[in-house]
Amino acid sequence: MTHLGYLLAGWGITLVVFGLYGWAVVRRGRRMAGSVPEGERRWITSKGEDHGG
Amino acid sequence: MVDTTTSTGSPGSRLLGLTTLVGLAGLILFAFVLTEPDVRLHPTTGEEFGQFDAVRLLYLHVPMAVLTYVAFLTCAVASAGYLLKRGVWWDVTAYASAEVGTVLCGLVLVTGSIWGRPVWNTWWEWGDVRLMTTLVLFLLFSGYLALRRTPAEPQRQARRAAIVALVAVLDIPLINRSVEWWENRTLHQQSTLAELKIEDLTLFTLMLGFVVFGLVFAWLMLHRFRVGWLEHAQAGHEVALAIAERHAEMETLDVDEAIGQTGGGK
Repeated sequence: MTHLGYLLAGWGITLVVFGLYGWAVVRRGRRMAGSVPEGERRWITSKGEDHGG
Repeated sequence: MVDTTTSTGSPGSRLLGLTTLVGLAGLILFAFVLTEPDVRLHPTTGEEFGQFDAVRLLYLHVPMAVLTYVAFLTCAVASAGYLLKRGVWWDVTAYASAEVGTVLCGLVLVTGSIWGRPVWNTWWEWGDVRLMTTLVLFLLFSGYLALRRTPAEPQRQARRAAIVALVAVLDIPLINRSVEWWENRTLHQQSTLAELKIEDLTLFTLMLGFVVFGLVFAWLMLHRFRVGWLEHAQAGHEVALAIAERHAEMETLDVDEAIGQTGGGK
């Protein structure tokens, strides 16, 4: 395969950036969700949360 | 006991995420194993020419370029929606799409540069109109994101950002048409996709790239939108708490004053 270094750099950088950005967004969401009242966490599910019933 | 472990995930977003990962694996298989390198023979000399294996970079570069347009156009539409309706939904959508679009635009510039080195023999060409207008777009939306981080009254900040987005998006038609309008000032070729000059498995893999990166974009947008919504909810919650605290302070002051007046009368 020709240009292997360029291919690995291009695909590698893209996948790593998407991975890191996606992880950062999810982490930010987790942090935010904890500080917002339950009633305002629209579109969000909470694992194992006790809804009193 | 209440478990406070929460996330921006939902069953739908998890299914979307899983589909995206499977799609990415499939795209890598097609891009690296099943498609052939771009090798052509010169009709007179018989020499080999073309992009060779560097063509495999286009399966991510071209879809990301188109999705950059989609992200910034979404931002512009949402910004116009905010200016007309003043709804939070529009503002959160504009901010989310600007952030995801800036990440995409940065990757388009980087992967384009990496592809350009073996094919054009240069990392960057300052005189290329398409490269420069894309760089300008990246800088404009980086400015947009910086503006969103400056401390200001939320409505005023959203209004300013919406105006910046509507101005910045005017660069997109310039980027898109640059290869035709400034034909002699760009290394980029004219559109081969619209005229379907690409064939068979190469075309299929490129289309798969559009679908897979479309899924990546959708997943990122979904989560980033939810984060934006939570930020808005948190800001509202903090304001409500501050007002409640102020009311409590005022009531305490009133009671103290009343006690003071009663005490003074004795």
